[in-house]
Amino acid sequence: MDNAGLNHQLLNDGTLAVSFSGDWLLESDLPPLEPVLDVLETVPAPTALSIDATQLGDWDTGLLSTLVRLRRTAGQNDVDIDDSGLPEGARQLLSMAFAVREREGARRHRKDKPFLEAVGNRTLDQVADVRDLLAFTGRLVMSLGRVLRGKGTYLRAHLVQYIQEAGAEALPIVSLISFLIGMIFAFVGVMQLQFFGAGIYTANLVGIAMVREMAPIMTAIIIAGRTGAAYAAEIGTMKVNEEIDALTTLGIDPVDFLVSPRVIALVLMMPLLTLYSSLLGIIGGTAVGLTMLDVSMPQYVAQTINAIELNSLLGGLFKSVVYGSLIALAGCQQGMACGNSAMAVGQSTTKAVVMGIVLIVVSASVLTVIYINLGI
Amino acid sequence: MNQASPQIEVRNLTMGYGDFVVQKELEFVINRGDVFIIMGGSGCGKSTLLKLMIGLKQPMKGDVFYDGVPFWQSGEDEQRAAKRRFGTLFQSGALWSSMTLAENIGLALRQYTDLGESEMRDVVSYKLMLVGLAGFEDYYPNELSGGMKKRAGLARAMALDPEILFFDEPSAGLDPLTAKRLDDLILEIRDSLGTTIIVVTHELASIFAIGNNSVFLDADSKTQLATGNPADLRDNHPDHQVRDFLLRGQAEETVA
Repeated sequence: MDNAGLNHQLLNDGTLAVSFSGDWLLESDLPPLEPVLDVLETVPAPTALSIDATQLGDWDTGLLSTLVRLRRTAGQNDVDIDDSGLPEGARQLLSMAFAVREREGARRHRKDKPFLEAVGNRTLDQVADVRDLLAFTGRLVMSLGRVLRGKGTYLRAHLVQYIQEAGAEALPIVSLISFLIGMIFAFVGVMQLQFFGAGIYTANLVGIAMVREMAPIMTAIIIAGRTGAAYAAEIGTMKVNEEIDALTTLGIDPVDFLVSPRVIALVLMMPLLTLYSSLLGIIGGTAVGLTMLDVSMPQYVAQTINAIELNSLLGGLFKSVVYGSLIALAGCQQGMACGNSAMAVGQSTTKAVVMGIVLIVVSASVLTVIYINLGI
Repeated sequence: MNQASPQIEVRNLTMGYGDFVVQKELEFVINRGDVFIIMGGSGCGKSTLLKLMIGLKQPMKGDVFYDGVPFWQSGEDEQRAAKRRFGTLFQSGALWSSMTLAENIGLALRQYTDLGESEMRDVVSYKLMLVGLAGFEDYYPNELSGGMKKRAGLARAMALDPEILFFDEPSAGLDPLTAKRLDDLILEIRDSLGTTIIVVTHELASIFAIGNNSVFLDADSKTQLATGNPADLRDNHPDHQVRDFLLRGQAEETVA
């Protein structure tokens, strides 16, 4: 491969003669164009620009992108360009590139926004997000009213399917996590309480923690990552695919058809999953307790049963209902607000999970304060 | 064809996203039984105009009149009643992917009629037969080819015997033969059912094969340049750009 060469010479009649030699390929080392451009930009500018390519070997886009720059600079400085010396193919490609004039205002000027402006914009976006969520909550409440009164259009088969997906199909992962959480709690409990000879109170610790706090919140986080994300992705993809528009044009409210059944399914399933999670956690705790402590099974079970009050259980289940509705709300809202591209679906899904978990933790704190004040 | 009577009138319509105007001051009339083409270069707002006409997107100014009744100034119930008369075939078919073809078409019927299960089944298979998809009732959309999806989408759009059928780029992504068959189908529907048909397209072959009326949107001036029969516009329109578009860039500089 011959090295690419670029020579220029200002002739006596004011013509700038540029000659290309060697192979001008993208992968070859191309000589810099700036010296030639500098000559074009000097005052007075050359009267004309002639191109000589007799020594030119192979060429590809490497040559053409150079020529485009050359021609653009020549044009800006009103220098006539004589490209008859170029190979026929290169001349045609070049005139093709300049055939369609750049649309006015089409070129975007990327500029970095000042820091404060960026912070301000982000803040306004966050405020808008909250407003959208509230507006969507309003729509959802209206829609739930219609669906529960049998006035909204939805398919019962879909509701059953959502219940299965959000409920039964989540059992394996909920089992695993809850069992392990129960074991971890029992482990920590046994290690600490044994110092005081109060090892049996591990049963209280595991039982109360699971029923009141851990089962609702762990189940909620699992479901936010599992079902909340699925809701956002499903609805978002339907949006991209114009399926939501197709519903609207038929006069079917997409919230009635897509969102309300999903919310109902999750609100029904969350307490059941939570109850199941509590049970699995207590079983996990029992397994550890029985191995590490010198107690019998009936003793441990009796201790657990005595520790858990009905109020704790109901309080935990109520939390799970709140978490379930928030997860479904975040997932569906993000899906419905999804943009029109594959990337937007990914962003919606991420946002749905993040928003779901934030809502869970915030509501957990609020509920805990309320419970304490109510003495539950 | 029966005598031309205006069915849809677009009056002083301006549309856009946020503050950005896509098209302004649109004025045209669509007669009953027309095959009306919305044409123009890419990105000129053809699909946006369609979305606005079927009630998915609000105009910034102006209105669309259906039989003299303004759509966007009406209340929710009137809008619902107007939408009942539309059928829409979206660009990619937009079939509901979690439902079979029968359920897709059935949902439209369920929304507006009280048909029983077996009657519904009959209507569904009749509609599928019309578009050449007999026997595909229990297929899911992802099991069909692009052309079949379009035809299934058409069957769904026609489920309620709409007075006005909207097509968003019906031949996009179809091979020439399939596209031609879809064109024939569109003409047959118009001739046999008297349906008014509105098509967004930039396929010249389709435009001349089926269109008897049209509007030409221009992206640069952001308004319509012409309205009328596409063949007339090609031969006689004074604007060079309109003729150039309709002749694939072969228009001569001056009108003969």
